[in-house]
Parts: sequence; C-alpha cells; structure tokens
Amino acid sequence: MSSHRPPDWDRLASTPQFRHLLLAKAGFVVPATLFFCAYYFALPVLVGYFPELMNRRVWGPLNIAYLFALSQFAMAWIIAFLYTRAARRFDRMAAEVVQMHEGAPEEAKL
Amino acid sequence: MTVSLMIFLAFVALTLMITAWAAKKSSGAASFFAAGRRITGWQNGLAVAGDYMSAASFLGIAGLIAFNGYDGFMYSVGWLVAYLTVLLIVAEPLRNAGKYTMADILAYRLSPRPVRAMASLATLTVSTFYMIAQMVGAGALVSLLLKDSGIGYTTAVSGVGLLMIVYVVFGGMLATTWVQIVKAVLLMAGTLLLSVLVLKHFDFSFTAFFDAVAHVRYTLNGALVEQDFLTPGLKYKPPYGALDLISLGMALIFGTAGLPHILIRFYTVPDAKTARVSVVWAMAIIGAFYVMTTFLGFGAATIVGRDFIAKNGGINMSAPLLAQALGGDIFFAFISAVAFATILAVVAGLTISASSSFSHDFWSNVVHHGSDRGPYEEVKVARLTAFVVGVVSIVLAIVLGPGANVAFLVGLAFAVAASANLPAIVLSIFWKRFNTAGAVAALGAGLASSIILILLGPSVRGPAHAIFPLENPGILSIPIGFGAAVVATLVSGDRSSEQKFAELQVRGNTGLGSEKPTAH
Repeated sequence: MSSHRPPDWDRLASTPQFRHLLLAKAGFVVPATLFFCAYYFALPVLVGYFPELMNRRVWGPLNIAYLFALSQFAMAWIIAFLYTRAARRFDRMAAEVVQMHEGAPEEAKL
Repeated sequence: MTVSLMIFLAFVALTLMITAWAAKKSSGAASFFAAGRRITGWQNGLAVAGDYMSAASFLGIAGLIAFNGYDGFMYSVGWLVAYLTVLLIVAEPLRNAGKYTMADILAYRLSPRPVRAMASLATLTVSTFYMIAQMVGAGALVSLLLKDSGIGYTTAVSGVGLLMIVYVVFGGMLATTWVQIVKAVLLMAGTLLLSVLVLKHFDFSFTAFFDAVAHVRYTLNGALVEQDFLTPGLKYKPPYGALDLISLGMALIFGTAGLPHILIRFYTVPDAKTARVSVVWAMAIIGAFYVMTTFLGFGAATIVGRDFIAKNGGINMSAPLLAQALGGDIFFAFISAVAFATILAVVAGLTISASSSFSHDFWSNVVHHGSDRGPYEEVKVARLTAFVVGVVSIVLAIVLGPGANVAFLVGLAFAVAASANLPAIVLSIFWKRFNTAGAVAALGAGLASSIILILLGPSVRGPAHAIFPLENPGILSIPIGFGAAVVATLVSGDRSSEQKFAELQVRGNTGLGSEKPTAH
C-alpha cells in the first residue's frame, strides 16, 4: 500500500486541480456525447421521414442512406480516437490529484 | 460424425482445457469474480467483443440484410455507436469505484440494501431473458446445422447449458474471459474469410458487388421481382417503422452501457486506463465485424438468393448457406461451429453476471447486511447460483421448445438495461442530489415499463392486436426510467446521499482507492 491514512475526499474534491480535471473532462465528454447522439439519431430520422432524399444515388449504385450509415462507423472510431488522446491529459491531471494525497511519487513506493 | 460436429467438439475440448487451467490458477473472490483483475487491455477488448456479439448478431443480422437489404444494415450501426456511451461515460468511473457488480457503483453513496436488491433483480431479469433467447436459438440451430449427426434440440440445449455451468463453476471469470477471447478470434476469422470469398466471387470489384446488390431478384407473392437492396424501407415501413427504429436505437445507445454482463468485464482489468484501452479494442473489433456484415448479408442476397435460403432453413441460415455456396461443406461446417462457439461464450458471460450479482449483491449485502461473510462463502454461493441459473435455463428452453418466438427477449434485455440500469448508474455518478428513492424508482419503473410495453406490443400480441404499436419500448420506457428517478429523488427529500458525492467523484475520476489487481 502506498499510503495508510484514508484520503480526505472532501478536501481533494475542492482542490483547484480536481475542479480543473472535472471541467476539462466535461469539456470533452459533454459536446462529444451530444454530437454522437445527434449524428446517430439523424440516421433513422432521415431514413424514416425523408426516404426520397436518402435514396438519391451519389456514387454509382451507392445512395446517401448507405454512405451515411457507413460513415457512422468512421464517426464512432474517430470520437474514440479523439477521446483516447484527450484522456492522456486527464490521466496526468488525475495523477496530480492522487499525488496531493500520497505525497511525492518517490515516497509512494509500492 | 459430421465435420461440423468435429470442429465444434475441438472447440469444446479447447475451452475445457482453458477451464481446467483457470481452475488451477483460481483462488479467492477477486479471482473468481474478476479474473484477479489481471486481464490486459487487448485481451479484455476481445473478451468484451466475444461477450457482446451473440448468435443474433452473427446469424440474425446477416439474415436481416439478406432478406431486407439496407434496413438490416442500418440496424447493425447502433451496435457499435453504443460503445461510445460505454467509453465516454460509464467504463472508467465504474472500474474506479466498483468491485464486482454493477450495483457496487450505486451502493456507494446510496442505501445499499434496497438499491442492491433492485439492481440484482434487474441483473437477473436481463441475464435470464437474454440467456433463454440464446439457448432456444442454439437448440434451433442444431436441428438445422447438425441435422445429419442425430443431435436433437433437447440434447443441444442441455449440452450448451452444461458447458456454461462447467466454465463458470470451475473456471470462474478467468475461464469465461478466455472462452470469449477464443470465440471472438474464431468469429472474426470466419467473418473475414467469408467476406474475402464474397469479394473474390465478384473478382474483387466493389463496383460489380454493389451493382449486384442494386439488382437482387427474388419471389414476392408468387412473382419474380427485381429490387435495389440499397433502398431503405424494405423492412421498417410506415406508419411505425421509423419510430420503431429510433426506439431500437435508443435501447442500443443507452442499453449497452447498462448490460450487467458487459459492465462486469471492466472489473477484470488492473485500472481505469486499461478499461478505456479495452473499450477501444472492443470498438475496433465490433466495428470491423459489423462493417463486414455488408458482405455477409448482401453476399447471401446476391450469391445464394432469398428464395433458396427461405427453402433451406430460413433467414437465420443466410450466413452458413453463403459459406456452403462459396467454400463447400468444410467451410459450412466451420461457420456452423463458429455459430455455436458464439452462443457458448455469450451464455457463459451471462451466467457469471447473474451469479455474481446474486451472490455479491443479494446474498452478501441484502440478506447478510454486508457483514463480512468471508470471500469463500461469496464464491461458494456464486457457484451454486451458476448451477441453478444453468439448470433453470435448460429447463425453460426445453419447455419453450424450438419454435418459440424468443427474439424479443433480447430486445427486452436491452430495454431494461437502458430504462432501469442506465438512469440509476448515470445519475448516481453525475447528480449530487440523486438518492436511494430515486435509484429504486428508476430500477423499478424502468424494469416494469419495459416488460409491460413488450407484453402489450406486437412481438407478444401480434401486429394486429398490439396495444402498444412498437416492437422496441425504449422510446417510452427510457424517459419513464429517468423521469421516475428524478421525481422520486425530489419527492423523498432525502439528502444523506450528498455526503459521499465528493468521495465518489474523486474515486471515479482519479482511481484513488480503487480495487487493485491480486498478486499471484
């Protein structure tokens, strides 16, 4: 165990470092979630209520409906990639908060 | 003995060896419930994919596309996008603040007994319904795939049930994990090979492939028709088709992050960072699989043909019949065996999620008030539960019989997960004011509304007598679950849960005080 005293949760929660981490996370997760929900639900809504538009062929036999459905896969992978990149920053910020409890990293021997 | 039976028995032998190896390594509760939390990111990613992609995905979606073209493909999109909810919102805080089950994160700052009792009920409901759908599917498949080997429905159901009991009772989470990994690799290999063979059939020309998809011929009402299979609307027709699709999408997007058997997989990795990596791996694998359903489904529609499939076992046989057309009997046997492996891995995951919830949530914390009963008792109860759950599923699947319409049970599982589990999880992580009354209300109302709406819907009453017009209740039951949570929280006025909100926030976001992997 790296530390024997129980963490002072309320103190850690009110530190500027922790507030900053929460804000940074929300700054990514909230817009990303709103975006992927809007993008995903646009598919059944457009296909269901605007079938003529979606059935328009744009590339050989491929229509907008198929290409839009296919683009959902790319969308999901891109957001996952962007989140993984942003999360590296969140990990560093989280490590700072943990350090405030455990002290300097060299003290925190396992 | 047929070739498919031999390949399947080889898979069974391999999984039993895995189980024996896992049984030798296994000791203690963290080992049984969470594989010692020592599974790596890519391993857990494969296991999540193996836990998630059921026979309904492999055989069902290929068939949906083969029969309905574009609508089937659109159906498959939500299964991947749903993992963004898991990745962005649920996986990391759950790993940081929980121990063995979904209810752990709820019990953190809420009153443990009522919350765990309700969460355990929701978990057992989801797992049992999902499992019966898989078991009936497995039994029905046997009569089609292994019809020459003399294995009947009852034997197949009992065999699948017995194997899942053996994996879980003796090998715990470690064996379950590796069975799921082996299955995911087999499923991906089979799907990739099938896709390449479909493209080879069209001389690797996408133009030729999609031209064929735009001109699919089949018999409709006795007349031969030609149909562009990229046209939307062949399955989901007015007046309710679009609403049903939106409702299904909601159940997938909000339900996947509330499926107990998926959530407990994140306890098997050392920390939240590895949980995140494993979701990304799972998304790569699951996404690749669903993209390839284009080739499986459209390939079956163009190369085998709807009429032939309908005469030779029906919609669920689309992928195996495609394999037979492209690679002969050996490849047919391989794909059939993959379908069985698929079912086995999923039912094992469901069994361990049901048994850990019953033992950890209900037995230890509700019946025994969370007093320390010792880790060995918890494991013993979980093993016993796995056995009981297995036997009950075998009996129910045999009683229902091969002809039972059980596909809606999978939809029901997702609806309960989205309407009951997810509101409780999300609000307990993000809403300070959320309290015990809110969680119990969300779980109760979400569970009840999902079940009632399905009972009133077209899957159970038939399209002509349906009182609720949609097959998927999500569009109504999800707002009911969230609404009940908010109203009950505000009405009860209980604010004791706010005290531990700071602790849950710090734990969830930093991993401070999280469960560590066990030493060997």
